[in-house]
Amino acid sequence: MATSTHGPRAAASPEMAAARPPAPTARRRPGWLGGPGKNAVSGSDGLWPWLFVLPLLTGVAVFYLWPILATAYLSLTQSGPFGGSTFTGFSNFTALVKDDQLYLSLANTLLYTGIVLIGVPIAVYIASLLNLPGLRFAQFYRALFFLPFVAMPTAIAMVWRLLFNGDFGLINRGLGLVGVDGPYWISTPTTAMIAVAIVGLWSSLGFSVIVLGAGLKNIPPELYEAAELDGASTWRQFRSVTVPLLTPSIFFVTIVTVISSFQLFDLLYAILGSSNPVLPRSLSLVYFFYREGFVNNDKGYAAAIAMVILVIIAVVTALQFRMQRRWVQDV
Amino acid sequence: MSSTSARRATRSAALALTLAAALVATGCSSSSSDPGKSTSAGYSTPAKDLSASITYGVWDQNQVPAIQQNLEGFNKQYPNIKVSVNVTPFGEYWTKLQTQASSNTLPDLFWMNGPNIGLYASNGKLEPITGEVNAKALDPANYPPALVDLYTINGTKYGVPKDFDTIGVWTNKALFDKAGVPVPTGDWTWQQFQDTAKQISDKLKSQGIYGAAGGMDGQTTYYNTIFQAGGTVVADGKSGYDSPESQAGIKFWTDLIASDASPSIQQLTDTTADQWFTSGKLAMYWGGSWFRAALKDTALAKDITVLPLPKDKEQATVIHGVANVVAASSKNKQAAQALQVYLAGKDAQQQQGDAGSIIPAFTGTQAGFTKSMPNANLQVFLDALAYAKPLPVSKNTAAWNAMEADLLPQAFSGERPVADVTKELATKMDAALAKEE
Repeated sequence: MATSTHGPRAAASPEMAAARPPAPTARRRPGWLGGPGKNAVSGSDGLWPWLFVLPLLTGVAVFYLWPILATAYLSLTQSGPFGGSTFTGFSNFTALVKDDQLYLSLANTLLYTGIVLIGVPIAVYIASLLNLPGLRFAQFYRALFFLPFVAMPTAIAMVWRLLFNGDFGLINRGLGLVGVDGPYWISTPTTAMIAVAIVGLWSSLGFSVIVLGAGLKNIPPELYEAAELDGASTWRQFRSVTVPLLTPSIFFVTIVTVISSFQLFDLLYAILGSSNPVLPRSLSLVYFFYREGFVNNDKGYAAAIAMVILVIIAVVTALQFRMQRRWVQDV
Repeated sequence: MSSTSARRATRSAALALTLAAALVATGCSSSSSDPGKSTSAGYSTPAKDLSASITYGVWDQNQVPAIQQNLEGFNKQYPNIKVSVNVTPFGEYWTKLQTQASSNTLPDLFWMNGPNIGLYASNGKLEPITGEVNAKALDPANYPPALVDLYTINGTKYGVPKDFDTIGVWTNKALFDKAGVPVPTGDWTWQQFQDTAKQISDKLKSQGIYGAAGGMDGQTTYYNTIFQAGGTVVADGKSGYDSPESQAGIKFWTDLIASDASPSIQQLTDTTADQWFTSGKLAMYWGGSWFRAALKDTALAKDITVLPLPKDKEQATVIHGVANVVAASSKNKQAAQALQVYLAGKDAQQQQGDAGSIIPAFTGTQAGFTKSMPNANLQVFLDALAYAKPLPVSKNTAAWNAMEADLLPQAFSGERPVADVTKELATKMDAALAKEE
């Protein structure tokens, strides 16, 4: 990354970057399979590279590709609780598009994703604070922010459940001190999803901060010196140097956050609890899938939901990759 | 609509096929059964030197010490049958069991509960106990009839209960004293219960203490009141919710909550009723006999006494219990059945009862349970046998349990009228029940 960064280009403003034609990503391709681009002669490596990736490919095929195919088939069947399925064509899908729960869970998932994505700019800000030269205990703070990410989601959920408790929770006690009468966070339909999303945002922050922190370290300090000589304020430096050069990391973090937000299940399950009356109004896509497949024993229908989730995530990610060309700097 | 009926049709076709396959499979196995086995009875007491290695699947770690005692006794009779106990926590137990059942790798003997017996029995996954009963190795008359019924599917018995639980009103006497309200006698009506709860709440609500708590869970709350009002939850493959009796059973709880005698549904979601009780902030809690474990050895224990549930048209409580069942796919069926018979016997049941963690099902072995909290009048849970009704279940209980959990809170919170909610619940439940056939 650092070798291809040239001072003048990197210092360009975001507006200029947007005007530049899309980066010729193809020029990196030769190095992809056949070692360093300069020496790669098409086909000269034969099967060797494949042999090296075979262990990984086998894993991907067995644990990802095969289940996808099997689920795709299952979604076209009516399946009993103990296996034994009959082929029914697209009947699961025709029933699914008429199911209100699908749209409800999609809307909830989007709301959750939206709130968790607010974490990305927050993480950019925190990461650049942590990267300030001369900050003492930077490693300690970094570890502190990362802790929620490595803690077990269930344990996190248990603690937040206590914090959110309407009568005895710390959050409402705190709000009470400033005269605000806090809601029953996790048992009111309008606040339950927000409460879960706050926890989701909080627990994904650490990962984003670490990734963005690594991205920040790749920005050459000369750029800041140059900007300072030109009289740029700290804010201007952040806006015109830090953010544009950080876009590849921001892009990565955004993609990962969106994908993991679409898979919201464990936090929702553990924070709301399986007997929460607001649950039917707070379904996420994956929770909807879980309920049909593992509570109602309708495996074929659940497989159809899983296929819909797969397609949605694929489409959203593809869209993000397309839009990437418009705002991500090529460094 | 046509697509749903198509789904239904194919589903029943699939079910018919599985059933047919199961029939063929059992037919094959009985004709090719091993020579040592009497084919007519299906079970004969195995030879003392029968050598086998079998697995026993359970979910409660607390009961393992008593099970180990049982197994010592079993191995005195059959020294060459090696039993390994597999403990899987309840949360994963059923997921794991379903996977094992799909691949016919179930444990040889395992715990079964009411909500799941229909699913496993009707899919041919379980070995009936017909042979053992015919051979007089097991006598269903020794166990609570309501539970023998629970494990009888289409006239075939699949297990006898190993334990049972009933529901009572757990009462904190200290809070009654604090409110200056006398502790009721055991013989009381719905109205008396509501009044008592209201009196205590009115006196002590400023201190965050309530008289009683509304119900979020059928087994400990609204199933009982539905039965007391003369209603049903599920009967003859139909939902019983759309009847005046069942509506009265639900209304009992909406009234309790609306009168502010109980915390609101939101409060009960954040802090469950049993937590209110164990924190000393609830005077009366409708709970199962298993709740004893949460109270024994706590500071609260000395103030606890148990009252029978109040009466409406009739006296009633829900009874449930776990049964040991043998997998139809077991390769050591005779050994598994021998263990099933031994665990259901009087000696093994007595040992279970003396360990104190459960109420054993065998009549006359239950004294150990009442002695475990001598001042709490746990006898109420045993007396309840006289008027107990089995936990309502069907072939796919989980499907309509989810509907109850989705819809009933809307009535409890006062958001929708009881009659509306129960009507919708009955319609949806009937659709789910129809899918089972």
